[in-house]
Amino acid sequence: MTIDRRTFVMGAAVASLLPALNAFATVAEGTQAVDKILAGQPAKVGRVTLEIPPLVENGNLVTMKVSVQSPMTEADHVRAIHIVAEGNPLPNIVSFFLSPRAGRAAITTRIRLGDSQRVRAIAQMNDGSFWQGDAATLVTLAACTEV
Amino acid sequence: MSKTSRTIVTMPATAKKGEILEIRIIVQHDMESGFRHTETGQRVPRDIIRDFACTYNGVEVFRVELHPAMGANPLIIFTTVATETGTLEFKWSGDNGYASSTTSTLTVT
Amino acid sequence: MPPSIYTFQRNALSQTDEASRSNKMPRVNSTNWVGQVFLSCLLGFLAPLGTLLPHKALSQVDPVGVERQSSYMLMSPDTKAMQDEPLLNPATFAVLDGQLLWQELAGKKNQSCASCHGDASVSMKGVAASFPKVNAAGQLLNLEGRINECRTQHQAAPAFTFESKPLLALTAFVSNQSKGMPITVERTTANETALASGERLFNQRMGQLNLSCAQCHAERSGQKLAGNPIPQAHPTAYPIYRLEWQAVGSLERRLRNCMAGVRAEPYAFGSNEFLELELFLAWRARAMPLESPGVRP
Repeated sequence: MTIDRRTFVMGAAVASLLPALNAFATVAEGTQAVDKILAGQPAKVGRVTLEIPPLVENGNLVTMKVSVQSPMTEADHVRAIHIVAEGNPLPNIVSFFLSPRAGRAAITTRIRLGDSQRVRAIAQMNDGSFWQGDAATLVTLAACTEV
Repeated sequence: MSKTSRTIVTMPATAKKGEILEIRIIVQHDMESGFRHTETGQRVPRDIIRDFACTYNGVEVFRVELHPAMGANPLIIFTTVATETGTLEFKWSGDNGYASSTTSTLTVT
Repeated sequence: MPPSIYTFQRNALSQTDEASRSNKMPRVNSTNWVGQVFLSCLLGFLAPLGTLLPHKALSQVDPVGVERQSSYMLMSPDTKAMQDEPLLNPATFAVLDGQLLWQELAGKKNQSCASCHGDASVSMKGVAASFPKVNAAGQLLNLEGRINECRTQHQAAPAFTFESKPLLALTAFVSNQSKGMPITVERTTANETALASGERLFNQRMGQLNLSCAQCHAERSGQKLAGNPIPQAHPTAYPIYRLEWQAVGSLERRLRNCMAGVRAEPYAFGSNEFLELELFLAWRARAMPLESPGVRP
């Protein structure tokens, strides 16, 4: 069976997009992970600030700070903060669980980012509502490595 | 893997009641993500810390669930309110039965 | 994947050491074979003129017209903060491990480092900054080699393997005692042959990419290579916690990465080539302060 040139070129064009489709797959996985956390609830944009350097020298150890505007009282506090990646092999990065004992909802840690991507932070409040924020970053690769 | 796995905690020794304290904690652990390969192409199995909990006189005040995307030698900087004099305990647990605990005393005036 | 920003074509000059010393290497982009042949002939004709160029004396191989700068200056503020604060620096654990090993009795003679050297903060002050150096037996040693010399001769214990955790821990601990102190490697009658050899290696093209250390780190330092600024390559912070390795490693490990980067067969750990190159690099960085243990991307 011979394939005519037009079909072949179309096929090749689609095939060349496959790696790009893989990248989108992790955005979809990230969305899936967020949906799982939200369980049908909406997540309002605001109150959550995610700070990641816009340009990262090495994705193996990226300093990340997340803070949520909240009085952290019994009546109004953050219960959990989930950090989700859109460009990592696995979408979940870390989850923090707080109470009014924290005084402030501000945590700093160091994470791994496999590629340039948007990282999302979903905060769950004591009343069950969700707020979200995000940060995009460019991850460069190290020069002259082992292999 | 290191033979030792230390935790270094940085926090004040004294505080006023109601004051918000910053606690910095870093633990020695390679956090093998499970995505690395040896030179011969074999996958290095996942071996990470999964949980961190901070208790203040026995009451849990902060908890973390770690995934493979947490960096090696995990560092966490968090806050807690100085409520009373006592002991803060920092516990890590993870794959292959990893468990470590460190305590720190706090005097609250 | 090696970054491929250079489009050097192999030409007659690349085989000659003399011509490779000249500052301006011709960049031949032409794929036209007639053009290549013509250019090669022209350059081949001009090559002997290279011998007329003043050979840089040993004292003049520092980056030309550029102040010496540690690669620390090229890092992002976050990474700098990681190095500066011991409680944020992932290499601190190696230093603490080294502190324990310093006290540990070892070998048939059941001695620890402390048995002879006592308090490291006193006895090891300035020591790391003086390596590599030639010992009494005329052997060129780096700090790792010197630690192993103590291990085998004074503790009668087996030498540590290169890049093993204990050796890295002790190197980190001992180097940390010289933190802030200037590198004191000078040219002496004992090391001058090795130093000249190291300089030759620094200027020698190698690998499939046919690049010498000098071409990137002396001639093009500050320019970008695949998005990263090229450092001047001063060994001021070793051993380092390299974020890429997610572990502490030695200068030799980093140099092997450089050689992999130009697709050259890396020299073996502890080889004469590496020792001579380390000596030259330390001499080139003389009087610069030691930052050990450093953090690098």
